[in-house]
Amino acid sequence: MDYTPTQSGFRQRKLQPNMRLRSPVDGLQGSQLFEDTSGAAHGLHRGNQQAGPQAAGLSSQSILSDPMSNMALAYGSSLASQGREMVDKNLDRFIPISKMKYYFAVDTVYVGKKLGLLVFPYMHENWEVSYQKDTPVAPRFDVNAPDLYIPAMGFITYVLVAGLALGTQNRFSPELLGVQASSALVWLIMEVLAVLLSLYLVTVNTDLTTIDLLAFSGYKYVGMIVGVVAGLLFGRPAYYLALLWCCAAIFVFMIRTLRLKLLSEAAAEGRLVRGTRNQLRMYLTMSIAAAQPVFMYWLTYHLVR
Amino acid sequence: MAFTLYCLLQTAILCVNAVAVLHEERFLSKFGFGVEQGVAGFGDDPGVKAQVLTLIRSVRTVMRGSNEILID
Repeated sequence: MDYTPTQSGFRQRKLQPNMRLRSPVDGLQGSQLFEDTSGAAHGLHRGNQQAGPQAAGLSSQSILSDPMSNMALAYGSSLASQGREMVDKNLDRFIPISKMKYYFAVDTVYVGKKLGLLVFPYMHENWEVSYQKDTPVAPRFDVNAPDLYIPAMGFITYVLVAGLALGTQNRFSPELLGVQASSALVWLIMEVLAVLLSLYLVTVNTDLTTIDLLAFSGYKYVGMIVGVVAGLLFGRPAYYLALLWCCAAIFVFMIRTLRLKLLSEAAAEGRLVRGTRNQLRMYLTMSIAAAQPVFMYWLTYHLVR
Repeated sequence: MAFTLYCLLQTAILCVNAVAVLHEERFLSKFGFGVEQGVAGFGDDPGVKAQVLTLIRSVRTVMRGSNEILID
């Protein structure tokens, strides 16, 4: 509605340069090209009438005033959309984007509850992930479901806090941020690979996917950040105290979460089940959980001096 | 301490190479992995050792696939 007075203005200004061009160039070709692009926009339906001439008017008004540039613009945009389709199709082969969307379906309440759970898991009673017709419920609706938002944010925050900590000790340089980030990433990847290998060797039939393991391994960054920040604010004793608390919390969190996924149902309920296989699984759960505090200390002790 | 991603890649390649070049007669037979001994149990408890042997054998098959084609 607003555009109709200016629309005629645009159209007027658009017609003038084209009339200028039409005289020196072959009049027939110029007019055909021009009429093609805007004629299609006009001919589609009345709804596009406002958008089409206005967009063409804007572009012609700014720099491009001849119909060849309009063609080039249309060709370029079609190329771009083709390129985007190709990228989407090939990217989906390496990184399953639709599966990743599940892990990022979080909201503020979930993040708050999960962070509280990571620091104080002792009061929480029901650790099972609820399902909805064979598919796990999105993290938004179930606080026990693993997500990738907290690990991703935690990783980035860890790198930034590490830079801050190094800066307070006058050991900072911008390359160190990259070094810290890649180092922490490498440790994460190695831990996930080690856990995958050990799960394969013990032949656990579990529905833990690789991304789930990545999420569980990324939860320790929260404890690391809390420890380092406490160390920065209050000195070394506070760092050790906070780290100890977070290590214990992560240990309990991992055991309670992994127990339901790795152990057989009878053992998960707490009953003693004999057999080497259950024992192996128990040891595996304990060692995965015990590796977390080790990594937490290893990745932060050089930051707080 | 300062590991890079390239370092991880190097480590992975070296480990896979190490698994691929394990010699059957001299080394693996001492651990009970011979060419004759197959995977006996198909029950639901293969055990850690059988899994390790399966893993080693599959890595070597994948890594040596092209070699066997060349020799034949």
